[in-house]
Amino acid sequence: MKTYEQINDRIESGKAVVLTADEIMDYVDKKGLAAAAEEVDVVTTATFGPMCSSGCVLNFGHSKPKIRMSEAWIQDVLVYTGLAAVDVYLGATQLRHNDPANMDYPGEFRYGGGHVMEDLIAGKTLQLFALSYGTDCYPLREIRTYFTIDDLNQAIMLNPRNCYQNYNVAVNGSDKTIYTYMGTLEPNRKNANYCSAGQLSPLLNDPYYETIGVGTKVWMAGATGHVYAEGTQHAGGGDRTPGGIPKGGSGTLALTADMKQMRREFVRGASFRGYGVSFSLGVGIPIPILNEGVLKRTCVRDRDILAPVVDYSDDYPQNTGKVLCHVNYEQLRSGQIEVEGQDIAVGSLSSYHKALEIANLLADEIRRGDFNLAEPIQYLAKDTKMKPLLVKEKPK
Amino acid sequence: MSQTVRKKLMLFFPRCECEKPIIYHLVKDHNLIVNVYRAKVTPEEEGYLVLDVTGTEGDIEAGMDFVKTFNVTINYTGKGVTWDDDECTHCGHCITHCPTGALHIADEATREVAYDESKCIECLACTRVCPFSVCVSAF
Repeated sequence: MKTYEQINDRIESGKAVVLTADEIMDYVDKKGLAAAAEEVDVVTTATFGPMCSSGCVLNFGHSKPKIRMSEAWIQDVLVYTGLAAVDVYLGATQLRHNDPANMDYPGEFRYGGGHVMEDLIAGKTLQLFALSYGTDCYPLREIRTYFTIDDLNQAIMLNPRNCYQNYNVAVNGSDKTIYTYMGTLEPNRKNANYCSAGQLSPLLNDPYYETIGVGTKVWMAGATGHVYAEGTQHAGGGDRTPGGIPKGGSGTLALTADMKQMRREFVRGASFRGYGVSFSLGVGIPIPILNEGVLKRTCVRDRDILAPVVDYSDDYPQNTGKVLCHVNYEQLRSGQIEVEGQDIAVGSLSSYHKALEIANLLADEIRRGDFNLAEPIQYLAKDTKMKPLLVKEKPK
Repeated sequence: MSQTVRKKLMLFFPRCECEKPIIYHLVKDHNLIVNVYRAKVTPEEEGYLVLDVTGTEGDIEAGMDFVKTFNVTINYTGKGVTWDDDECTHCGHCITHCPTGALHIADEATREVAYDESKCIECLACTRVCPFSVCVSAF
């Protein structure tokens, strides 16, 4: 048994033993669970993939004279201004003004909110255009100016949903190509796409949310952030394997961090043909090895993790809940899965390569004493389910 | 007899010479076997042509001397499609869409994506599916 305090003392003294979630299984196999639990302080997990529920709060400071922005665009991408005078919220999936979207199907969606976030972090000069109805205290009615992230008072990433614990494998059972947030899916189940770092993914290494909760410190694109709430659509009560691994989406995290500290190579605007724009983000989360149980659960392997295969031409859009079958991540990473007797080529939207890089970077930061751990101030629910949106008659 | 070699080339015509049967002359006058991957005339009347030519070194050289009489820029690395290693996130979404395996997983352990230019047939599938615009067509 170890405490957060003991582990942080070892981190501070530069003596912490830190392994990545990619390394820990073989280490435990070699050393034995009890000995490894004594020895290892932290296991680092990570993920890099598209996370549509991402965004940021920006504060511009006041112009002279002042403006209360009522409509605003950054690089022609609409931001939400229903906040204080010069605060805006930029959402990752917001399209650029005049983007034809899917009017010329499939649309290309070359630039949107996610790309603005990437450009901000890259230090590029961006255009702000804002309008106002004008007030006695905020008389200016229009402003056009240019800024970089350094000119902003705050640039706070505020992502309502990140780090989905597990996720669907998407296939297309129809006879035409479909364009989805899970990528381009060829007809007749010619290809399948999945989106998870599998055995490296944070919540798959802490399936019962024993160490990752509200208040947990996280690595976000090189910045130190934290979990500020359970993520939207968090549903900890789904079906699990005998080993405790959720067999579908399940848990999620709401994350925040200072964008001014972020590194551009771990944030990327993403364009999904025929679907829209999104944002890929690198997240690393350390798991403190408090006891043998926690360590054992970080030893999860790709072959132990099952993902549901879902038809995105019908069952997903129609919300039927049908799952064609489950496959494990070892099969997915082999590049081919079998679904109802048919071999299907597999691609990924989540980068294991980047996730591995992040897990190693975080491990190095902890070993150097530059990143310590925070105990959750609130744990995530393990018994919640996701509710559907019901279409109801207007109450009389 | 001289050994035959195959070379992939990208030709750029600053002003398109559409009325001239260049490929015909490469075959007829210079004994070259020509495989055209892709050709395009832009609205500015510039022309692009990606092809491979098979023949002896001497015939290829003579054929290219002929092509140069049209004020053509010859790119011997043949890159009508480029893949930017520095920008690639190595997600692997492109892999199943690449029909020749030019884009492939180079390292099973790290899931690193790599691009083998010699296998690329310039179908442009990758340019349409890459979420990060890492695969780009020169024209």
